[in-house]
Amino acid sequence: MSKHVELRNHQREIFYFRLRLAVSISFVLVLVGILLARMVYLQAVRHDYYQTLSESNRISIVPIVPNRGLILDRNGVVLAHNYSGYTLEINSEKAANMEATINELSTLINITPKDRKRFRKLLTERRNSETLMIRNRLTDEEVGLFAAQQYRFPGVEIKARLFRDYPYGEKTAHLIGYIGRINQTDVDQLEENDLAANYRGSDYIGKTGLEQSYENELHGITGVEQVEVDSGGRAVRMLSRTPPASGNTLVLSIDAKLQEIAERSFGNYRGALVAIDPNNGEVLAFVSKPGYDPGLFIDGIDAQSWDELNNSPDTPLNNRALRGQYPPGSTIKPFMAMAGLHYNTRSPGHAISDPGHFNLPGSSHQYRDWKKGGHGSVDMFKAIAVSCDTYFYGLATELGIDNMFNFLSRFGFGKKTGLDLEGETSGLLPSTEWKMKRHKDKWYAGDTVSAGIGQGYNLVTPMQLAYATAVLSNNGVGYKPHLLREVRSSRSNENRLAKIGKEFDLKFDPAHLDLVKRAMVAVTQPGGTAVQAFAGATYQIAGKTGTSQVIAMKQDEKYDAGKVDERLRDHAWFIAFAPAGQPGIALAVLVENGGHGSSTAAPIARKVMDYFLLGKIPQPLPDVAIHEGEEHD
Amino acid sequence: MTRRQLWLRIIAHLDLPLLLGIGLLMTVSLLVLYSADNTGWSRPLNQMLHIAIALTCMWLIANLPLHYLMRTAVPVYTLGMVLLVCVALFGEISHGARRWLNLGITTIQPSELMKIGIPLMMAWYFEKHEAALTLKNYFVAALLLLMPVALIVRQPDLGTAILISASGFYVLFLAGLSWRVMGIMLISALASAPVLWSMLHDYQRHRILMLFDPSQDALGKGYHAIQGMIAIGSGGILGKGYLKGSQTHLDFLPERTTDFIFAVYSEEFGLLGNLILLGLYLLVIGRGFIITANASTYFTRLMAGSITLTFATYAFVNMGMVSGILPVVGVPLPLISYGGTSMLTLMLGFGMLMSIETHKKLVKT
Repeated sequence: MSKHVELRNHQREIFYFRLRLAVSISFVLVLVGILLARMVYLQAVRHDYYQTLSESNRISIVPIVPNRGLILDRNGVVLAHNYSGYTLEINSEKAANMEATINELSTLINITPKDRKRFRKLLTERRNSETLMIRNRLTDEEVGLFAAQQYRFPGVEIKARLFRDYPYGEKTAHLIGYIGRINQTDVDQLEENDLAANYRGSDYIGKTGLEQSYENELHGITGVEQVEVDSGGRAVRMLSRTPPASGNTLVLSIDAKLQEIAERSFGNYRGALVAIDPNNGEVLAFVSKPGYDPGLFIDGIDAQSWDELNNSPDTPLNNRALRGQYPPGSTIKPFMAMAGLHYNTRSPGHAISDPGHFNLPGSSHQYRDWKKGGHGSVDMFKAIAVSCDTYFYGLATELGIDNMFNFLSRFGFGKKTGLDLEGETSGLLPSTEWKMKRHKDKWYAGDTVSAGIGQGYNLVTPMQLAYATAVLSNNGVGYKPHLLREVRSSRSNENRLAKIGKEFDLKFDPAHLDLVKRAMVAVTQPGGTAVQAFAGATYQIAGKTGTSQVIAMKQDEKYDAGKVDERLRDHAWFIAFAPAGQPGIALAVLVENGGHGSSTAAPIARKVMDYFLLGKIPQPLPDVAIHEGEEHD
Repeated sequence: MTRRQLWLRIIAHLDLPLLLGIGLLMTVSLLVLYSADNTGWSRPLNQMLHIAIALTCMWLIANLPLHYLMRTAVPVYTLGMVLLVCVALFGEISHGARRWLNLGITTIQPSELMKIGIPLMMAWYFEKHEAALTLKNYFVAALLLLMPVALIVRQPDLGTAILISASGFYVLFLAGLSWRVMGIMLISALASAPVLWSMLHDYQRHRILMLFDPSQDALGKGYHAIQGMIAIGSGGILGKGYLKGSQTHLDFLPERTTDFIFAVYSEEFGLLGNLILLGLYLLVIGRGFIITANASTYFTRLMAGSITLTFATYAFVNMGMVSGILPVVGVPLPLISYGGTSMLTLMLGFGMLMSIETHKKLVKT
């Protein structure tokens, strides 16, 4: 009996399963029916329509490249824009004999060997069957000349294209960067980020500087045109069009005039200057000297220009403001003083007697002050004003390297500032841990002594030092530095302000700040190290000079008798903020091989501040008085 | 052993009607690949290699007795899960998705393994609890499906996730999940859609909308869909003739050896050719259903049904996508598109079907 039930159950189960199977089969048949209906629709009902599209005419989907966004300074001065011009282009698949065609063309229009070289390069790098540029920036005359003879040149055509232009050229090269032709690496990157479709038809992409970091804002959205093309590939009729959306306009916090004055104030010196509004982190000027012509890179730089730029001893391609790493020298002293007060290592009134050198206990090795014979009795205020090395040797030894590391890193030393440009370097703030990791060696007391005056292992970038100065000037309240102030959308009237967040408040004792700031003011006043540069200023400036030693030539540098002396001279630093009571600008100036901060770097700071605070334009502009008076550190 | 005996032994566990259908589809694959590759030999030759490897694997699986097959369920599923977790943790990113695992010598895509692993595991689970199935068992089985699917969705690989979900759902359906529960699932899915929608980012919504309106993305996937439809439509009733498809040979058609190979076939062989192709697919699917109906155990019934239905779904989704009635998701046309991995996965499935068919007598006696 029980066996019978089981059997029946089994049969019932099979029955139910086959029912489900029947449903499945019907499901598949429905799917097949749908496909059949679709195929009958496409291949029988609509066949003529698709036949037309496919055989006599073809639909071609043409991307319409959007206009790249503009870059403006804070006052609306144009730093990067587009202009339209004519180019002569060859369709490599339609031109019969490329060499012959180009030779023939050159009888009509001036084609330089550089143009030919660039064309050959484009030919090897081309991504799809596009037309390739042989000449750009045709004059109206040349356009007319070619148009009359065009029948002789199948596959050659004149195209109207937009070109990128940087009105400030090398003055903003390290800031704005440049765009360049999209290469295979860019293509891979775009595909990785799923952006390849939006770049169909685009030839250029931001390669460095702001053009790179805000590529997403600047590029815009590619439009589409569906056109009918005849068998020769020429557009016959437009079927539909989705217009492109131009890239957004970037408004920077940079003041172009200030940038220009700062740049020209360097004269023939190499160096960098970064000026920041300490109240919000906006970067007002960002200079790296020398610059280069960014226009050279847009359509691929020729070998000769590249070699010149790349092998120049002045390294114009190096962004010194962002990537140059130098010992901070005495500019570290105000920050060291803050550390001394913070850890109660030194009271403001405590004075040392400076014999002109410092000895570690139990050692005869002398660490010399820059002034032979010393400064006499020196307290903290005087130590900053006259830049007394002996005082800071002692302070550093008493603080210890790890206290120094902890305190100075709060100012952002040893870390990237997070500026909105790619490739920032982080400098170096040494610690015992770092030395063990990097050099497999313990930290010696002597290392601390030289670190106390910003030499030894310490390295900072001009960007970092400007940022630290801004934080100090704003009483320890720091804002992330940024170049972008506002994004103006091309699609709507909405403007997005760059986010200004209070990054941190170091919560310093107001009495400590007051002492250090007053001492920095004294630097620019009689008795201070930078008095000459600020004679007659109608506002109060707080500053600090610095010198960083150029110890040895780089190994890859060639020996050049005429230049050796100059290139072995010290680098000059000057950091400052003004007006001292209510700072509106904080900056750091580095002059490579400039000797002493007071003679070369401080006058540049003066010119920048005079313009920023008083609107004064320095006359004459390009010259920098090189003061060879008493040498200060 | 005579030559004849050897031969009989080799084909003992092959299902000849099924093999005939598969063989014909593979022949079509080689013919179309030769045309799609612009009369080049490299892809057809490579595909022959894929076919040879896949057939060998199919033969091995077909000779595997059923209880061995069942025993692989847990290890295969567990391995698949481990690999999926590895992909999520340190997989290689390519084209914005994390799908591949770099093993040093070669990269693998674990979701491919799970196409077999999931139905296998679920069928094994139902077989184990066959005596007294309760709602709880369906729930556990659904969980076995959803865990790997969630990992695949996160990669993100929406297309594969949906297709794997379908293969798992077929097991649930064939295992007798009640119509009422399926109704409730459908309603709650529809009800939760607006909530999910509101949780998505703008760009994600944009992407989903783009799937359903290719003209929104005329430079990307929409371009593929438009060109695919032109190729099919211009083929007409009889087609343009072998090697004469202009869409194909003038480079208008993208991905024409892989996901869009159906457009190449359609353009050159027309509606008539499509009828033949659908006929070949129905031959394979029909044979699969017959094997399913005759299968002797609960496990084999579920497995055979799921393999057959999944195969049908793949074919439908690819042809639907190329002919413009389904969004463009990356699904190859089974047995025809160029590629070794999907060929291998499919043939492992067919190997199981053959094993189910040829070993059932042994189980019965």
